[in-house]
Amino acid sequence: MNRDFDIAIVGGGHAGCEAASAAARMGASVALVSFARAQIGAMSCNPAIGGLGKGHIVREVDACDGLIARAADHAAIHYRMLNASKGAAVRGPRVQADRRRYREAIHRLLDGQSGLTIVEGEASALRLEGRRVAGLDLADGGMLRARAIVLATGTFLGGKLHFGMTSCAGGRVGERAATALAAQLRALGLPLSRLKTGTPPRLDGRSIDWAALERQETDARCWTMSPLSDGRAAPQLFCAITRTNARTHDVIRANLDRSPLFAGAIEGIGPRYCPSIEDKVHRFADREGHQIFLEPEGLDDVTIYPNGISTSLPAEVQLAMVRSMPGLERAEILQPGYAVEYDHVDPRILEPTLGVRDVEGLYLAGQINGTTGYEEAAAQGLVAGLNAAAWASGAAPILFDRGDSYIGVMVDDLTLQGVTEPYRMLTARAEYRLRLRADNAEARLTPKAIAAGCVSADRQAHFRRKQARRAALEEILAEPRAAPALLESGIAVRDDGVKRSLAEWLRFPELDGAALVRVEPLLAAYAGALLDEAVEDHRYAPYVARQRAEIVRLRADEAVRIPQDFDYAAIPGLSTEMVERLSAARPTNLGAAGRVRGVTPAALAAILVHARRKAA
Amino acid sequence: MTADTIYALSSGSPPAAIAVIRISGPRADAALERLAGRLPEPRVATLAALSVEGETLDRALVVRFPGPASATGEDVAELHLHGGRAVVARMMEVLATEEGLRPARPGEFTRRAFENGRIDLAEAEGLADLLEAETEAQRRCALAMAGGMLSRRIRDWQERLLASAARLEALLDFSDEGEVGEDLPPGWQEDLEALLSDVRRALAAPPAERLRDGVRVVIAGPPNSGKSSLLNWLAGRQAAITSAIAGTTRDVVEAPTGIGGTPFLLVDTAGLRETEDEIERIGVSRARASIDAADLILWLGRPNDCPAPQKALLVQSRIDISPPDSAAEVRVSAETGAGMDDLVALLIARARALLPHEGEAALNARHRDAIGTAEACLAEAARIGDLLLKAEALRQARAVLDRVTGRAGVDDMLDALFGRFCLGK
Repeated sequence: MNRDFDIAIVGGGHAGCEAASAAARMGASVALVSFARAQIGAMSCNPAIGGLGKGHIVREVDACDGLIARAADHAAIHYRMLNASKGAAVRGPRVQADRRRYREAIHRLLDGQSGLTIVEGEASALRLEGRRVAGLDLADGGMLRARAIVLATGTFLGGKLHFGMTSCAGGRVGERAATALAAQLRALGLPLSRLKTGTPPRLDGRSIDWAALERQETDARCWTMSPLSDGRAAPQLFCAITRTNARTHDVIRANLDRSPLFAGAIEGIGPRYCPSIEDKVHRFADREGHQIFLEPEGLDDVTIYPNGISTSLPAEVQLAMVRSMPGLERAEILQPGYAVEYDHVDPRILEPTLGVRDVEGLYLAGQINGTTGYEEAAAQGLVAGLNAAAWASGAAPILFDRGDSYIGVMVDDLTLQGVTEPYRMLTARAEYRLRLRADNAEARLTPKAIAAGCVSADRQAHFRRKQARRAALEEILAEPRAAPALLESGIAVRDDGVKRSLAEWLRFPELDGAALVRVEPLLAAYAGALLDEAVEDHRYAPYVARQRAEIVRLRADEAVRIPQDFDYAAIPGLSTEMVERLSAARPTNLGAAGRVRGVTPAALAAILVHARRKAA
Repeated sequence: MTADTIYALSSGSPPAAIAVIRISGPRADAALERLAGRLPEPRVATLAALSVEGETLDRALVVRFPGPASATGEDVAELHLHGGRAVVARMMEVLATEEGLRPARPGEFTRRAFENGRIDLAEAEGLADLLEAETEAQRRCALAMAGGMLSRRIRDWQERLLASAARLEALLDFSDEGEVGEDLPPGWQEDLEALLSDVRRALAAPPAERLRDGVRVVIAGPPNSGKSSLLNWLAGRQAAITSAIAGTTRDVVEAPTGIGGTPFLLVDTAGLRETEDEIERIGVSRARASIDAADLILWLGRPNDCPAPQKALLVQSRIDISPPDSAAEVRVSAETGAGMDDLVALLIARARALLPHEGEAALNARHRDAIGTAEACLAEAARIGDLLLKAEALRQARAVLDRVTGRAGVDDMLDALFGRFCLGK
């Protein structure tokens, strides 16, 4: 089979699907190449989507008309708003998803997208003309012509599975690894290193004593991941909680020499915040127990995902470990946990478009860049897909920055700092966190996405309706009120004689959305997500304004471009370490250079001088 | 882009014949107009009485360079002041209170000149080397001043701040994973408040400038009370003119000197009295300004007349020709040298309390500016209930402290976080 496309996407995971859809929404002709059509949209690890920082990303991808939020809503069998008791900026929407329904939703969205073709096959090599992408060779001898390629190969690149002390090549259990491609990337001079990730054993839900366990029900409030979704699409299930104990830890300690991690068979570095249970027991020896969430994988699926015990211990040890926990005394393992080791590319070779700096038309997205998590992968797929399409059509790049999104934070972190362990999003990574809330992702990003041309007419109409309603709501909030009017409604503010608009009153902790409606019954018409968003906007307005001044400075520094062939070694006054880090990250502007670790203000001034000299 | 308006002393360290303070940015004209009462013609040196809220600061030459045809490409104002330390210090204080103005960071005028394309390439080539020399000099200077104590002290604060921030961030990012609790861990608030009081203590400590500039000892009193003679004796030279005529000293005379290894800046002033003489009146008003800025006053008048008793040493002078006064703390004669040893011993003892102690971190004005901001952020973090806003205040405090020593980022915070907690999932 030989065909011409604008863009070829390699990999049908979260990154690949978003990349394919985003590029096609931009009007490009796209081939999505995957080993097996049926595996497109598979959730290979935890059957959950969202969470702290991650939920923000899901909403941001959705605000750009991406797939993940809508598919998650279709598949959701359990909704939970993390940090519900804390400020909106750190609330993280999260769902448990039915694997089959998720895959179905992704297939439906991809099938409905014009300009997108699914190609079943193995990508064996990049076809290059010099250092410019020309197409993709397939293992069956076929070839796809393409001006740009997005590699979204996940853990399949040089993948190796570890079950106890035995290992074999592969990306997910029962599937092949993309070994040839890894060898070609190595030959191209792309810097590769090893990372590892793990999965827990999957349990048979019928063998769990649910009655003995604490239950966690789905959220009563009917929020969704995407504003386009229509309530709860699937029946809701509960999760349960158990704990490891001294016996569990004894079992693990007695068998540490049989874990490839401790016996030295795994060279990759794993994530500190998603550690294996061996790791946890070894590093935090003083802890008496760790909480384990038992999460259902689907509606008509007996599989239970025990979140918190990812492991590569031998199968019989896993069984002993599992059965030491309350409620799991008679549990059966359906599929033992295993560790995956895989290659990733040092993402500092990427530009903020996720394009490889010196291979024209080649983009990387997802775990190949050293990240972990569906959400992180999906967002990179979006960025790579949009930019591959923009590049192929000669349009300007579509960039996200630290001031507008978690997507921008992640891309900046990856391309400037690189990774030393699998990168996971945390709200702590975003310095402008107060402004980057999950509930205002549309306000932050949809206008930009519409300008880029990746938003469907339906969503544009939805967004315009929402904006109109918000404007009407703001008019009501702008009317001045004196304290007695609030006191009458039972809100205990101090009467200092000052008339304030309701928007300004919201800065006082005594006021919330419900109190607002008591003061002004007209607002009842806006109760729900729209009013909540407005309340949070006004509540944090003074702090956001203070941060905005920081963002203005950031963008001023970002306006100073640094040429890509800039020779840092030639600048007097930079330490060897600074020269190394700057040369690896190749920041595109002065603001980015200032964020590279270890770069001092004095060094920055020297860089500025030389950048100006070169530009002249 | 909206830039801050920045200012700095652009000439050498006072005292000098004149001192040039340069102001650059969108609010330069407004600041100049407020000080001078009017806006002078562009690029014409103009004599102006600079005052703020009725207090005359100096009569000075001012020059205004509207942007973009200025050194930085922005609106620039230059104040050519009399080069006394007091004048310059007071003017810097006044500028600090101007809305929208802040002290320039090292090299910032040059950076702006660059950004606005006002410096040519030949000048540019030299700058990188220059900047490095500048920081090296600063490094050495800081080392000499505090023996590395300041950096260690700030590093200690940063570590404690990072630990507090990490515990808080764990709560925000991981509370739902069951490995950390819902509330701030016990001792969190206490740790933060301990840090806050340490920072406050450091801000209250004697400033580093005194080591460099000397303890300001102002000799004051009524006319003809022997102030200039005393200054000359202490300085060991004829720094001030002396005569039997009352009102001989009409201006402020400064004499830097070391006594017993302690640096002093001795300041002679006009005798305080009501007078019809225009020039002497200016001298008297300068004397009063000097008294305000003094670290220590040697008061040679009647104890009850002393304008600032809390920082005064009551001296009876001329004991060779007058009867002893029991209210004085020390009695001397510059003529015979009687009592001078006692005075010197007292001076040194009082000065010691005013100087940074050996092995104590001393802050200069730049540090104090940054640490003062950090203090305000820490106080907010301790006071406010919303965890998110607490975290935001701590982030601001970290950013400010980072500016003092270099930089640290989110990654350092995460390192601290993961080193301390066991996080699930």
